[in-house]
Amino acid sequence: MKSPSAAPADSAGQSAVKTGAQIIVDELIAQGVDTMFGYTGGVVLPLFDRLYDAPINFIVPRHEQGGCHMADAYARASGKVGVVVATSGPGACNLVTGLANAMMDSVPLVALTGQVRTELIGNDAFQEADTTGITRPVTKYNCIVKDVRDLARTIREAFYIASTGRPGPVLIDVPVDVAVTGHTVEGPVKMSLPGYRIRTKGHARQISTAARAINKSDRPVLYVGGGVIAANASEELRALAETAHLPVTMTLLGLGSYDQTRAESLDMLGMHGSAYANYAVQECDLLIAVGARFDDRVTGKVTTFAPNARIVHIDIDPASISKNVGVDIPVVGDAKIILTELAKQTEYRQRKEWFDKIAEWKEKFPFRYEQKSPGIKPQYVISEIWRQTAGDAIITTGVGQNQMWAAQFYKFNRPRQLISSGGLGTMGFGLPAAIGAQIARPDEMVIDIDGDHSFNMTMTELATAVEHKLPIKVCILNNGYMGMVRQWQELFYGKRYSKSYLKNPDYAVLARALGAVGLTVDKKEDVSKGVEKMLAEKKPCVVDFRIDREENVWPMVPAGKSISEMDGLDILESMG
Amino acid sequence: MKHIISALVENKPGVLAHVAGMFAARAFNIDSLVVGRTEEPQLSRMTIVVIGDDRVVEQVRKQLARIVPVVKVQDFVGQPVVARDLMLISISAPPEKRAEIFSLIEIFRGKVVDIGPKTLMLEISGPESKIEAFINVCRPYGIKSLARTGTIAMPRQARVEP
Ligand SMILES: Cc1ncc(C[n+]2csc(CCOP(=O)(O)OP(=O)(O)O)c2C)c(N)n1
Ligand SMILES: [Mg+2]
Repeated sequence: MKSPSAAPADSAGQSAVKTGAQIIVDELIAQGVDTMFGYTGGVVLPLFDRLYDAPINFIVPRHEQGGCHMADAYARASGKVGVVVATSGPGACNLVTGLANAMMDSVPLVALTGQVRTELIGNDAFQEADTTGITRPVTKYNCIVKDVRDLARTIREAFYIASTGRPGPVLIDVPVDVAVTGHTVEGPVKMSLPGYRIRTKGHARQISTAARAINKSDRPVLYVGGGVIAANASEELRALAETAHLPVTMTLLGLGSYDQTRAESLDMLGMHGSAYANYAVQECDLLIAVGARFDDRVTGKVTTFAPNARIVHIDIDPASISKNVGVDIPVVGDAKIILTELAKQTEYRQRKEWFDKIAEWKEKFPFRYEQKSPGIKPQYVISEIWRQTAGDAIITTGVGQNQMWAAQFYKFNRPRQLISSGGLGTMGFGLPAAIGAQIARPDEMVIDIDGDHSFNMTMTELATAVEHKLPIKVCILNNGYMGMVRQWQELFYGKRYSKSYLKNPDYAVLARALGAVGLTVDKKEDVSKGVEKMLAEKKPCVVDFRIDREENVWPMVPAGKSISEMDGLDILESMG
Repeated sequence: MKHIISALVENKPGVLAHVAGMFAARAFNIDSLVVGRTEEPQLSRMTIVVIGDDRVVEQVRKQLARIVPVVKVQDFVGQPVVARDLMLISISAPPEKRAEIFSLIEIFRGKVVDIGPKTLMLEISGPESKIEAFINVCRPYGIKSLARTGTIAMPRQARVEP
């Protein structure tokens, strides 16, 4: 994290007159930005002119939403701040979904938007939109800069706010006249944020209370969310789980924070989580939540969540504590610092009975699928990808069944390995996310495990991947349905599949038309080979896996039920 | 339960929208909200009256504190505070009733600020309960119009009302 007031000496000389646009570019570079995403337009022309020969790798998406998701995934994969630019009006409006997505998943992002000339604001000028008004609820902070003298400071503040505390997107709106006004930046840029304070250290007494509770607990569970990944605290998490001997369950966004191949991993909890995680949470006597926010997809019926447990909640955001579930021992601060402290104050306990019980649940209710079926099971495709990538690929996902199967059947072993839209559940995230992740991690295998209808939403970005020669893989689990919606309709609406399927294109042909490699796999015996071919491809590659159309995700906690009241366990057991 | 929350905010455009938007987005109910300048030109004070149980109000407080230009948030619940509303109220006041009305104004320590042929405009300030009581005594005469500022408040140093 950068310290608020440290400003590197200005290499361009202290007293040169610069335009607002040049100030923006220089400040981006001073912030260490070497990659950004965005789309041009009338009022950002001055900025794009300054970007023409700036030392920044600039990726133009086919749609601003795609660009925003790319910047988001770039941030998630790299741990750096993602940057996206858009023009006023339609450009800014197209960012809204992407900003909301980053907001819900606490992703550090800086969005720069152009605005119409200051004197036209409020006149319904051409391509005017009240960008700060529209984006206020979907950003951690936003503002419009009407005076070029505030520009450098505001951009610096934007990066600081986006990347510290609970991270999130920050939008800065810059009217075009400000971008062309000359100004002499003198002296170091000083931030002024009297209302922005972050508690990182954690209250010493709260930490020792938590440590004592852990030491006393016979049936503890660590419940870990994306906050641990954001805090780069996976090492510290592993150390605590090892030192104190604690089982670990993760939220969708927490996956990767703890190596799922380790014995203490209970995998994902919640609506489509593992039975063993859900049972463990319901029966534990101490739940230690770290960087998680008790989302309703995790808690199920909130009044019966972890009914026997005292709850420790470690989070950087005080507002997350006791928001949905009352917490007994709150600890506000940075997960990295607090987990380190806890590991020092806790001791190893065998907890044989508890771990035996967990092992029993694991034995009885593993994630399973019907292996004997003649059709292609999506879970088989994912297991095959997991096997052939040795569990090491970066996975992005669409939203729906594909996402849940990816979370259930790919075993993640390190942070920033799964990049998925958790809080907002944005269909169409998978492909642009794969592009952003591949740009952040050029040497790694990046695979988008997508749904057909999710892919349909942003598939235009395949052209972006082709243009930048990104070797991303897109694995479409094509069931011809909005599968997750269909599953609900099957279970709760008497199989009335209302508007939950569309005519899909031939994805392999489409991929080829856009300059990518396109394959179709429609036989079970071709799956392994298909995955192999996909992984070997150097070009962007789309594989259309024609999966069993009415496969369901199990287990499932129906809405309003406690998380131990899972449907589908009988189905899973019958496959054993 | 009623809580008076006082928030010191940066005096910047968009802050009120941010605060109001947060209340709407999180379905918190605002009873009243007052914004005014403070002794420091770059800071304003918002006094917000919220009704809710302690958990809800705790969330309100935390969510407010999370807004970047919000500098400081205090919940005055359980503390001795001086809380005041100001009201302008215009009532029908035919000549034969005026004497009676003037004596009411006296009791409530109000002021006549405008005299029309058939109406009187009165100014009254005080705790909300007093304002409410005054509205009630005015009702029989006929209230023409009424404007209230909403509550502003400050914690008390002395334990008893002087
Ligand atoms: C942008 C957006 N619109 C609508 C939804 C609601 N929704 C959730 S899952 C889903 C179906 C997803 O279908 P597909 O991508 O084919 O995935 P599958 O469930 O079939 O794997 C829909 C419509 C959403 N999450 N996001
Ligand atoms: Mg589908």
